[in-house]
Amino acid sequence: MQAYLTLTRRELSGYFLSMTGYIIIAAALFLMGLSFVVLLEKLQLEPTLMPVTELFYITPFFWLILLLSTPVITMRLFALEKFSGTFETLMTAPVSDREVVLAKFTAALVFYMIMWLPLLGCLLIVRHYTNDPSAFDLGAVGSTFLGILLLGCLFLSLGCCASAMTRSQVTAAMISLVFGATLFLVGVLSSQLPLRPSWQTQVLAALSFFEQMHDFARGVIDTRAVVLYLSATLFFLFLTLRIVESRRWK
Amino acid sequence: MNDGLMIEVENLTKRYSGHAAVSNISFTVRRGEIVGLLGPNGAGKSTTMRILACYLPATSGTVRVAGLDVYEHSEEVRRRIGYMPENNPLHYDMRVREYLKFRARLKGLSRRRSRERVDVVMEQCDLTHVSRRIIGQLSKGYRQRVGLADALVHEPELIILDEPTIGLDPHQIRAVRQLIKSLACDHTVLISTHILPEAEMTCNRMVIMYEGSILAADSPDNLQRFMSGHSQILAEIAAPLEELNECWAQMPEVEQFDVSPAEGAYHRCALTPRDGLDLRPRIYELARQRGWLLRELTRNRHSLEDIYVQVTRPEEEEES
Repeated sequence: MQAYLTLTRRELSGYFLSMTGYIIIAAALFLMGLSFVVLLEKLQLEPTLMPVTELFYITPFFWLILLLSTPVITMRLFALEKFSGTFETLMTAPVSDREVVLAKFTAALVFYMIMWLPLLGCLLIVRHYTNDPSAFDLGAVGSTFLGILLLGCLFLSLGCCASAMTRSQVTAAMISLVFGATLFLVGVLSSQLPLRPSWQTQVLAALSFFEQMHDFARGVIDTRAVVLYLSATLFFLFLTLRIVESRRWK
Repeated sequence: MNDGLMIEVENLTKRYSGHAAVSNISFTVRRGEIVGLLGPNGAGKSTTMRILACYLPATSGTVRVAGLDVYEHSEEVRRRIGYMPENNPLHYDMRVREYLKFRARLKGLSRRRSRERVDVVMEQCDLTHVSRRIIGQLSKGYRQRVGLADALVHEPELIILDEPTIGLDPHQIRAVRQLIKSLACDHTVLISTHILPEAEMTCNRMVIMYEGSILAADSPDNLQRFMSGHSQILAEIAAPLEELNECWAQMPEVEQFDVSPAEGAYHRCALTPRDGLDLRPRIYELARQRGWLLRELTRNRHSLEDIYVQVTRPEEEEES
């Protein structure tokens, strides 16, 4: 436990000791700000019943932030350490492989959530200027952040896995971007297809990330989605653990 | 089983995709010894150390540290080892003190204990005045000491240092050597190097590796004695040539001799003694008895350098 906490702290501080952390946050903040400009423009034209979080979600910036930030956050986790050789000092310290994987994932997740915090500020500003207390509905905001957290878990665990596979940060980012984008496109595809009762469409429907996140932004928590995201995260973390362990396979 | 043995390596083999980096080596290290793994680059020293430090698995054979198998009890073994890898990788974005504290905590020391130990090792490695500097901005010598301090911070029983003095200037090398020697009292140290005088100066015992096998393992003195069978004694004596020749021929301890004229009345005698005997007192006694003038008397000791070159020389060269 002590090793896990120590390592998580080190990983998290790693983001802020180099420029990477600040650049990622600045870029995400820029995109969030842009999306709120679009959103406020829309609100001026016509009143709507949608909660602000949903309005934010249907601007294209949400997925852009998610898809671009997760590979950049996770690419350094293992690849950088393998490249610089510190992986050797880390793995020869008395820490278990599981602690290492979990600590790195936790640090990435905490950083990712810090990156999303300015969204709260944006929502508060909207409430302030619309003078409508319902614009900042706690339930909807909570479920939006839950959705962000769960989707983040999925994409970050995917990124962890990619980073553990290689010594090059660029390769790690490429792999996780490709797989992340594929997941997203599968989600889009499933919302485009007509519902016909065949097993293919049913599988696709289960993977409709696009629609599921829409639910979260609307304030609806669908347990199927929660289970899907958590189990996929566990799967990718397990895969990462196996990759890290493979070094010691005979 | 564990009678004072710190490291037991039995028939260790490590293959990387078919190519054997280490083949079937065995050696032991007792507690409190400083042992040098010596060999040219690519001899398998680093691989052996990585297996000892539980970073890589062995292909076959057993490796035990303090009686514990490195594969079965990996975490327990790692707790007892302080390992500094080749090229000494560090987190360059951290400060010295911060890094050492992070490492101490990672190795399971309590908050208070880690604070104490970090102070001690920083003192030991002469890092106290750079404790707040960022590691990436330190000179190579200081970084090396940070690596050493990291290896020592949890008071390991066994310290494994892979090429600890590589790339340092002579002053820093001396300082690092001093430090390693000072550790000997309560730690076992295994260092690897391809620089021979270093091993000669710091180690109680040397294991010479070449192309994945062990060629020789003994104390520096014994290795030298082993080689001194081929040593020579040089004497410059002012005496008639025939008398000298006759005298050496009659001496049973002399296996071979060669007398050649030097300047003036002196002759240069090169004698090869039997069984590495030291003939110098005999020669001095002889010169005194016969009233010869003796102006030089030396034994050509084979330095470890010769031994090293001899045992690590490729076989083809010896044949030709």
